[in-house]
Amino acid sequence: MQETDLTEAFVELIRRASTELAPDMQQALAEAKAREEPGSAAAGALDTILKNVEIARTTQRPICQDTGTPIFEVYYPLGVSTRRLEEQIRQAVALATERAYLRPNAVDSLSGQNSGNNTGEDFPTVHFHEWEEEHLHVDLLLKGGGCENVSIQYSLPDSRLKAGRDLDGVRKVVLDAVYKAQGEGCAPGVLGVAIGGDRGSSYIKAKQQLFRPLDDKNPVPELAELEETIYRQANELGIGPMGFGGRTTVLGVKIGTQHRLPASFFVTIAYMCWANRRASMDVLPNGEVRYAS
Amino acid sequence: MHHKLTIPITDEQIRALHIGDTVDLSGIVVLGRDAAHKFLIEHYVRATSIAPEDAALYEELKKLLNGGVIYHCGPVVKKNEDGSYTFVAAGPTTSIREEPYQADVIRHFNLKGVIGKGGMGANTLKACQEQPAVYFHAIGGAAPLIAQSVKRVVTVHKLEFGVPEAMWVIDVEDFPVVVTMDSHGQSIHDIVRRESERKLAELIGV
Repeated sequence: MQETDLTEAFVELIRRASTELAPDMQQALAEAKAREEPGSAAAGALDTILKNVEIARTTQRPICQDTGTPIFEVYYPLGVSTRRLEEQIRQAVALATERAYLRPNAVDSLSGQNSGNNTGEDFPTVHFHEWEEEHLHVDLLLKGGGCENVSIQYSLPDSRLKAGRDLDGVRKVVLDAVYKAQGEGCAPGVLGVAIGGDRGSSYIKAKQQLFRPLDDKNPVPELAELEETIYRQANELGIGPMGFGGRTTVLGVKIGTQHRLPASFFVTIAYMCWANRRASMDVLPNGEVRYAS
Repeated sequence: MHHKLTIPITDEQIRALHIGDTVDLSGIVVLGRDAAHKFLIEHYVRATSIAPEDAALYEELKKLLNGGVIYHCGPVVKKNEDGSYTFVAAGPTTSIREEPYQADVIRHFNLKGVIGKGGMGANTLKACQEQPAVYFHAIGGAAPLIAQSVKRVVTVHKLEFGVPEAMWVIDVEDFPVVVTMDSHGQSIHDIVRRESERKLAELIGV
């Protein structure tokens, strides 16, 4: 494919992720509002959220002020320079910050200094995957800090929760994670879950699940069933939007698996807030750029 | 019940608020999150003496926070060509991180309200009862909607903490919040936690 400077295309990808909530998320929030008791704090919260989504879209402002960690998953064909792509992504992130699509969010862990433009040591997050397709595909997730802080990893077996090394054990720890998060992850959220892996790869896998549309059915039957069960039971917890109490606590559950060591059985839950800001783009071999959410 | 309140807020107005009430807040609000709370505690609340370079800000904050409201928020702010600022996005950040500090800050400055999200713990609830004060829950993530209620950025202190951590002083009109911890010892967060804990035990069989 031809090498063009994609900096402005990445800025546009960031703008879309930050200011335009994906249609499936917006629809799920509207359905959630219809389920809540009229006049309740939960219904009010969802009403405010839906109004806010519209304001963000029409005024081109970030849906949430915590524009989070920008996480780029880049799928590239043979021969593309990932070094150049990363430079362009970093430049785009700085430009998007200047244009107020992103809040300056990169803080030096030693000095406490904010870099002011969202670039820093290992910031933003960029993962590269070479693939066999001829075009470039980029997924972007803006992962806010509030929901990141309630993301959690369990090591099975867990005797406190009577959770063994099986899918029922997975169900138990995921429900525990939702209980622990209460409203702090900005419920109603989406759960990205990874089973297996090591401590590091498991968190990455869990976050990658968040790119799946809400109606994406897991091709593995037992995982599809587990996703359904956890979705139903998490909502039975009654935590509700913002933790005000109510019928909708999660909008979706997406589960992926990885091979693990015989000695380890990790379950990682990447909690994503209602502002599940994802966007993707394809750059075709002729240089044409197509966006999707 | 719905209320409209103007800051500074009186004790009587605070006692009339109960969990679940919705409030439109207007007046001067001071933003303060992690770095600001650490600063307030170390330089003022628990300091044996006020350093000369911190004295002017102390006097200013005592005025603003007496009967006032602090907001846990790290905004997206745009600097205009004339040097003034505009709030672009200003939703709440998670409040529980300020739990080690909040009760002392409420007492020291006579705060009447704290705005944030996710609720706070037993120490803050106790300070709310004694002071009295309340916890106002803003809608997490409702950033541009809340930014629209910011009529004016009055000034900013401690910009060296960075834009999200600085102490922005803003004038708001009809900022929508829900009372989730009141001055009568009630907390929606405690109630929801208890009920969801019972349900969790049922679902996982422990």
